[in-house]
Amino acid sequence: MKVVLKNLTKRFPSRDKKHPEDVIAVNDFDFTIPDGKLIGLLGPSGCGKSTTLNLISGLEKPTSGQIFFGEDDVTKLPPENRGIGLVFQNYALYPHLTVRQNILFPLQNLKGDAKMSKQQMETAALNVAKLVQIDGLMQRKPSELSGGQQQRVAIARALVKMPKVLLLDEPLSNLDARLRLQTREEIRRIQKETGITTIFVTHDQEEAMSICDLIVVMKDGVVNQIGAPQEVYDSPENLFVAKFLGTPPINVFEGRVKNGRVYIGEEDVLSAEGLTDGDVYVTVRPEGFKAESDGVLSLDLERIEVMGRDVSVIAHHTKSLNADIRAIISSDISLDTGLSKVRFNLNPKKVFIFDKTTEKRLK
Amino acid sequence: MVYPLIDVFIYSFEEGYNSASQTSFGTGLYNYSYVLHDPYFLQALKNTLILVAITVPVSTVLSLLISLGLNKITKLKELFQTVYFLPYVTNTLAVGLVFMILFKKTAYTDGMINLLITAFGGKSVDFIEGPYWAKMMVLCIYTIWIVMPFKVLVLTSSLASVNPIYYSAARVDGTSNTRIFFRITLPMISPMIFYLVITGFIGAFKAYSDAVALFGTNLNVAEMNTIVGYVYDMLYGDSGGYPSYASAAAIILFSIVLTITVINLLVRNKSKR
Repeated sequence: MKVVLKNLTKRFPSRDKKHPEDVIAVNDFDFTIPDGKLIGLLGPSGCGKSTTLNLISGLEKPTSGQIFFGEDDVTKLPPENRGIGLVFQNYALYPHLTVRQNILFPLQNLKGDAKMSKQQMETAALNVAKLVQIDGLMQRKPSELSGGQQQRVAIARALVKMPKVLLLDEPLSNLDARLRLQTREEIRRIQKETGITTIFVTHDQEEAMSICDLIVVMKDGVVNQIGAPQEVYDSPENLFVAKFLGTPPINVFEGRVKNGRVYIGEEDVLSAEGLTDGDVYVTVRPEGFKAESDGVLSLDLERIEVMGRDVSVIAHHTKSLNADIRAIISSDISLDTGLSKVRFNLNPKKVFIFDKTTEKRLK
Repeated sequence: MVYPLIDVFIYSFEEGYNSASQTSFGTGLYNYSYVLHDPYFLQALKNTLILVAITVPVSTVLSLLISLGLNKITKLKELFQTVYFLPYVTNTLAVGLVFMILFKKTAYTDGMINLLITAFGGKSVDFIEGPYWAKMMVLCIYTIWIVMPFKVLVLTSSLASVNPIYYSAARVDGTSNTRIFFRITLPMISPMIFYLVITGFIGAFKAYSDAVALFGTNLNVAEMNTIVGYVYDMLYGDSGGYPSYASAAAIILFSIVLTITVINLLVRNKSKR
């Protein structure tokens, strides 16, 4: 089931008397989530991603705009009639019910034609429990489960009614690092097996990049960029997207375009064909540095961190906006750590240039 | 802590104990036999049991309904909460006086409730000195009115402490309101309800001052005595001076309360499984 958001806007009345204007949590969203894909709503906290999810689920009503599931306008439908499954950030498993009862709960609410016999319910619950691999824990209470297991139960409960759309709100944020890796693979697998359009919210770009078919990068209630993770990473449309994606983060320099060349400080680092002269931000992905003795950019060497597969060079530059510049180079290259300066050439594919005032991508 | 309890236990087996001379005729079960055959005690026991059986469930259910209502409204919530809490900080005897005015029939007026009853075409009843059921009804209403504020307070706060995320989850799953109440809200606040029921039972078994406030100190004549009232009368009342009988009655009360509490705990533990 594809999900279409049309000019979707949500305003909250301001509670702050000094700033009486409304807070716009979701500003004029207009995009289509294709059928059967895994989509990540990505952005820093307060960017409106959870509100977007709540609008899609129906727990919140939009101020204006429409939501379509397939061809059906569901904007005015209450959550229970939308055919969604929702996994809450803290799972919201009913603590007094067993895993089995938790999973059965949504089925027992069904009325009319959809009503199932006891046997059918048990079968459906067992099937979905098998899918998320918790069929051995059916008689346990949520308090007797680990965080990862609770997460699976929550997914099972959301899936048992075979929803058209599965919504996950920060599904991994309550798990420890190792479990997070494992669970995100699990979410990917479950999504693939069921083919249910899945939308999940996260502030962790790595999480979104690793499993999503499509990511929606948001900031302050505005969609900044939509695309496949690699595509967004490789060609960010503005400075925010460039800075938000990637670990370690992208390195930002203040620079200048003059006579078709890009300058960082006094150093001519790159050709700037087709760009008009003016102040710009030059951003370089950590993997965009090539340590070469005839490099165009010289940085003050701080220290080197060896991480086995590759080496992090921590350096400084007067025009850098990051506290530390981080360059990742192959560990094959030997660097003289005694030097105070290192020289780098830049991989043009890993360098993005943004206008200083609009912060839009120039090159 | 324990010494007075043991002392009472010993007195209850000492026949004809005299607290002035500290002597007794002998030991045995005569005190219990006397108390259990005393019509006043049986009347007090019956009154207490009726009081417990009516006021505990009614006050708990009513408090729950009021708390649910208080939890739903947003406007004037504080005001209503204060209003419902007022009886808790009001003096029992003063409230008893007000109830007297509401219910009592005098030479000058039938009392407010009777005026209402006659206005709707009913026959006026003497609630304070009239038939047994009328007096029992007033006592029950009075007790419920006295015990409810605390229950409302406890239940309102425990309802507010239920994480709203469960209600969101239930809504997404299309759960009906009744089902939400019985399958989510009620189980989540059940520890508090058990607490209220147990303390409610104990409190109702120990009722005495409420009856005095309404019907005066001569409760045996009014047929409105309670077990604690009987104990008091045996010690200090007109028919008083019998600490042995009083002790026996107190021990009987103690064993009833203990039994009920144990049953409550057993039921609770069973429902936890």
